[in-house]
Amino acid sequence: MNGLSTTGLDVAIGDRVITRSMDLVVEPGAFWGLLGANGAGKTTLLRHLAGLLTPESGTVQLDGRNLPNWPRRRLARHLGMMQQHADYVFDASVLEVALTGRHPYLGPWQRENAQDRALALQALETVDLAAFAQRRVTSLSGGEARRLAFAALQVQDPDVFLLDEPTNHLDFRHQVSVMRAVGDRVYGNGRLAVAALHDVNLAATYCSHVLLLFGDGEWRAGTAPELLNTENLERLYQCPVTAVDTPDGRRFHPAFSRLAS
Amino acid sequence: MPIRSPRLFLAVLALLAVASILLATMVGSTVTGPGAWLGAVANPDSHAGEVLWRLRLPRALAAFVVGGLLSLSGCLMQVLLRNPLADPYILGVSGGAAFFTLAGMGLGVAAAWWPPLALAGALVSIIIVFGLARGSGPWSGTRLLLTGVVTASGWGALITLLLAQSDDSSLRGMLFWLMGDLGYARLPGWAVVVLALSLLLALGYARGLNVLAMGETTAKLLGESTRRLLWGIYFVASVLTAAAVSIAGSIGFVGLIVPHLARLLVGADHRVLVPAATLFGGSFLVLSDTLARTVIAPRQLPVGVVTALLGVPLFLLLLNRARVRGGAR
Repeated sequence: MNGLSTTGLDVAIGDRVITRSMDLVVEPGAFWGLLGANGAGKTTLLRHLAGLLTPESGTVQLDGRNLPNWPRRRLARHLGMMQQHADYVFDASVLEVALTGRHPYLGPWQRENAQDRALALQALETVDLAAFAQRRVTSLSGGEARRLAFAALQVQDPDVFLLDEPTNHLDFRHQVSVMRAVGDRVYGNGRLAVAALHDVNLAATYCSHVLLLFGDGEWRAGTAPELLNTENLERLYQCPVTAVDTPDGRRFHPAFSRLAS
Repeated sequence: MPIRSPRLFLAVLALLAVASILLATMVGSTVTGPGAWLGAVANPDSHAGEVLWRLRLPRALAAFVVGGLLSLSGCLMQVLLRNPLADPYILGVSGGAAFFTLAGMGLGVAAAWWPPLALAGALVSIIIVFGLARGSGPWSGTRLLLTGVVTASGWGALITLLLAQSDDSSLRGMLFWLMGDLGYARLPGWAVVVLALSLLLALGYARGLNVLAMGETTAKLLGESTRRLLWGIYFVASVLTAAAVSIAGSIGFVGLIVPHLARLLVGADHRVLVPAATLFGGSFLVLSDTLARTVIAPRQLPVGVVTALLGVPLFLLLLNRARVRGGAR
């Protein structure tokens, strides 16, 4: 797998430009954090990277091949995306939803076998939902639903993980475990991930690279240590940012104190 | 709570289907009691035999197939619109069928021509809704739903116009047809083929239906060509409805209640849900029809009245239960 790349990608929502002529190469072994203010177009960009939308101009390639040229089913074995919201209308069980990750691997009449079920149960185990396997999905809390969506993506086992705010609604422990699980699959495993995040510190800790979307078509891409500094973040979020050096490295937070002045 | 062993449950439903059809052949005003029934079974040429083999059995089989058609269609419509409360008539298929058939009745067309007229009307409606809802943008369930619902009310207005213009002699027949009536229903072979093929197709795509029920984007990310699948479902569900309506008029509530009830019993996996709903819907309509022709015998009720009288309270109960359970939708 040669990774995911974009060539001259122009993305817009109506009149609003998200990215202007973006050339980006996401190589295997890289974990990209996608940062930007609310409404900067993180979700839209991820949807373009997943081939769900057609760009104004430019292309997205997986393994050197333009996304529209991939048969959807084959693409689903290589590229998976965790969406920002899971909207369950019908009452499937937690295990059934986890098993949908096997869908792209099975033919029309084929059923999931014992191995598929074992995979699904194992994935549920990693997100601490194994005990809930028979629960109805509509009864899950927001955080549990997020963890289930991540488990289903793990079952799908793609080379490219696209994650739309994967840590949203999660408590500390599960934020860390999800980011670590992605990191484990990316670093040294030849896979890659792009995650839209609001938590700069999670990006600073787990991501090798970041892509900053400024909301006006401008963007910057590079390694995380290089781009994550107060100057960039203040411009990105239009808000004063304070950096704190901790034993774990440099951390950022909005400058609470300055609000008083 | 879903059943533990789906296979066993399907076997029970199959038994229920056979039992309901047997019961339908036993109950009635002329041939009553086990002795008379056995005699009638053994002697198809006797008067009792004629009643059983020529009247009751074909009617029971027609009821079963119509119930199956409507329930399967309901299942598919609910996935198509991602709404557990969608029913086979919601997109106007039955309205088109009803308008054409009633127009035929008003013009004095012979009863033998009503089913093809209904089918023609249903197909016209299917094509109108498809043409208007397709548009050029991405798939929009809301646009399809609105187009269908508005088309349905358009047909409704035309039907009311027809009823208002009709003379009293034909009005009764029209009302019976509108309520759904199996009194003159005969089972055409093609309807069985439609049901069997659709069932096979739905079973083959059952896992696709499962992921589609989780949303179009999710299904696409899991490798489905959703546009094709969605329109495919629209056409299959519509043709199923058209077949049912052309046989027995617009029988209400079966296609709404049965899939919903089946989902409560067997869960949301369409590999089990699809056959369960089809079998259960068939049996439900056979039993309803048996009630319809015996409860105020020798007069008969249109079966649609019975399904509605059974269906409305059952449905309200389910709806209430869903709200209590905290279902967001």
